[in-house]
Amino acid sequence: MNVFSRKTIAALGAVSVLALSACGSDGGKPVDGGKADTGKSDSKPVSGKLVGSGASSQGGAQDAWLAGFTAQNPEAQVTYDATGSGKGREAFLSKASDFAGTDDFLDEEEMTKAKDRCEGGTAMNIPVYISPIAVVYNLEGVDDLQLSPETLAGIFAGTITKWDDPKIKADNPDAELPSKPIVPVHRSDKSGTTGNFTDYLSKAAPNEWTHGAIEEWYESGGQSGDKTAGMMSTVKGGDGTIGYADASQAKDVGVAKIKVGEKFVELSAEGAGKTVDDSKPVKDGDLALELNRTTTADGAYPLVLVSYMAVCDTYDSQEKADLVKAYASFVISEQGQKDAESSSGSAPLPAEMSKKAQENVDKIKAK
Amino acid sequence: MTTTSPQKTNRTPVRLGDRIFTSLSVGSGLLIFAALLAVFLFLLAQSWDAIRASTEVMGQSGEFSLAEFVGPLVFGTVLAAGLALVMAVPVAVGIALFISHFAPRKLATPIGYVVDLLAAVPSVVFGLWGGVWLVPKLEPAFRFLHESLFTRWFPMFQGSDQEVTSPMRNVLAAAVVLAVMILPIITAVSREVFLQVPRLNEEAALALGATRWEMIRTVVLPFGRSGVVSASMLGLGRALGETMAVLMVMAPGLTYTLHVLAVGQHSTIASYIAAQNAESTGLDMSKLIFAGLVLFVITFIINFIARAIVSASSKK
Repeated sequence: MNVFSRKTIAALGAVSVLALSACGSDGGKPVDGGKADTGKSDSKPVSGKLVGSGASSQGGAQDAWLAGFTAQNPEAQVTYDATGSGKGREAFLSKASDFAGTDDFLDEEEMTKAKDRCEGGTAMNIPVYISPIAVVYNLEGVDDLQLSPETLAGIFAGTITKWDDPKIKADNPDAELPSKPIVPVHRSDKSGTTGNFTDYLSKAAPNEWTHGAIEEWYESGGQSGDKTAGMMSTVKGGDGTIGYADASQAKDVGVAKIKVGEKFVELSAEGAGKTVDDSKPVKDGDLALELNRTTTADGAYPLVLVSYMAVCDTYDSQEKADLVKAYASFVISEQGQKDAESSSGSAPLPAEMSKKAQENVDKIKAK
Repeated sequence: MTTTSPQKTNRTPVRLGDRIFTSLSVGSGLLIFAALLAVFLFLLAQSWDAIRASTEVMGQSGEFSLAEFVGPLVFGTVLAAGLALVMAVPVAVGIALFISHFAPRKLATPIGYVVDLLAAVPSVVFGLWGGVWLVPKLEPAFRFLHESLFTRWFPMFQGSDQEVTSPMRNVLAAAVVLAVMILPIITAVSREVFLQVPRLNEEAALALGATRWEMIRTVVLPFGRSGVVSASMLGLGRALGETMAVLMVMAPGLTYTLHVLAVGQHSTIASYIAAQNAESTGLDMSKLIFAGLVLFVITFIINFIARAIVSASSKK
């Protein structure tokens, strides 16, 4: 007995030592670079440590970007923590991070707050990630579904409850619609995707959708799923379900076409890009977009999420400024956007937007 | 072997070792208090903003009511954990009795191991299993409960067609998963208690002509009652705090309905925090942490009750 307990204690001790040392090595990542001398030129590899955090929507793309970026700049160390948009902006404003990824651009109030953080300069919203949102559904026997914004809003507001409702029939004259109840599915977590989806409904169908643009669902009850994965498994798990999800995740389910102007438009990366092209900046000099949800541009798909990278135009050291500039340039470059497209199915930035973004990124300087 | 030799040569205890050991164990004991206090203070400090801005403190000028906010969450948490307990305890007691009194030794040990292994499965895995595999499998049973005549007398299985939809990601499905998760701890503790029933009492009951079932009813269960209660409380504690599995199985909502088959009506504190935490900042975050504080207090109370029950019955 004695021997046994002594052994046990020794084993426990060994385990805890291992656990502690594992924690230690995890926590204390070596800070590399630091004082490496870098020129101002963009072509020269940059070095140093860059910390970002924020939206989980662009998390997958950020992973691809930092892999691509560190391949070109082996001396640089970039991290991105997908903590959520709000927390990302908070961290950025409190100087805990160097840039933020966010689904909502920095608003007036945050811009004012950012003055301090940006050494007297201003913060900038750079659109980096465009993701079309798919309207996904699971309805046996219906492979092709077309929905006008009014019908879609009616479904999610609970005024249209059967698949053979006259309004759905009017949108789909050729389809054979069963008389099943519609099960609308929403995201159970607070989410930028829900925010953009409801923003679209409130702009494109203001009479049918009266709940405004909301990140948290307006009522209790109804089917929902946690994050995009939960949403997809709920939609797939039911019959007669309909939901919304980032385009890259919309696999093995029906994807509805939505009505833009007089035509029904299929979800596509180009369509999302066209909507961005057709949108105006919220204010001059910044690239935060007032997305034109009621665009009638040919082929445009207005149900899109644009995620931004919030950066300062002034940083406290030359090294940091160079690093942010190089990283942001890489992100909006053709290569960076292509990486994001293949890793997370986003739509590449339209050429003109990419040019404007580069102009803003070029303003980044040291104090 | 090394520690026995100095004892032989030197009769007086090794003072330095004694002192080190005493301070180590006292330190560890105090550390747990410090950790608990630190958690409590953290929760209180972080939720202070929400408490200060609430109507409970500010009266009319408050921004929101904390009671209204946290009420449905507490209700859902207690409901889910309670349902899980109702399902898990009879099964767990059955398994424990089987292992301690019915199974042949060859079978008892492996069964005990298997039940203990259940405790080692991470909750994310339970969540995945529950959400993807179990929910569709439960659907026919749920439909039966909902549509059979049974429903008329038993209001918990009622609900409108709008509420009871497939997939059945409702609070009952979550409770089933929770029940499986708390099974091992209840079983393990109950088994230990049942094994400690004095052999003589059992044999006396049998000698008086009791059948096995009568012996268990008259001797084993009364003896083990306090143990089973405290085991259940331990299980309840786990069910109250379970996050991932509930989050992945249940479609949440914030109501007070008792309709356990209705989808999207209930939520638990832990899973609500997990779902809202990523995009919450400022006052919203403070509200979430307040919900965490409430859960902390509830768990504390439950543990306290369990202690009280155990100590009361051991004094008898």
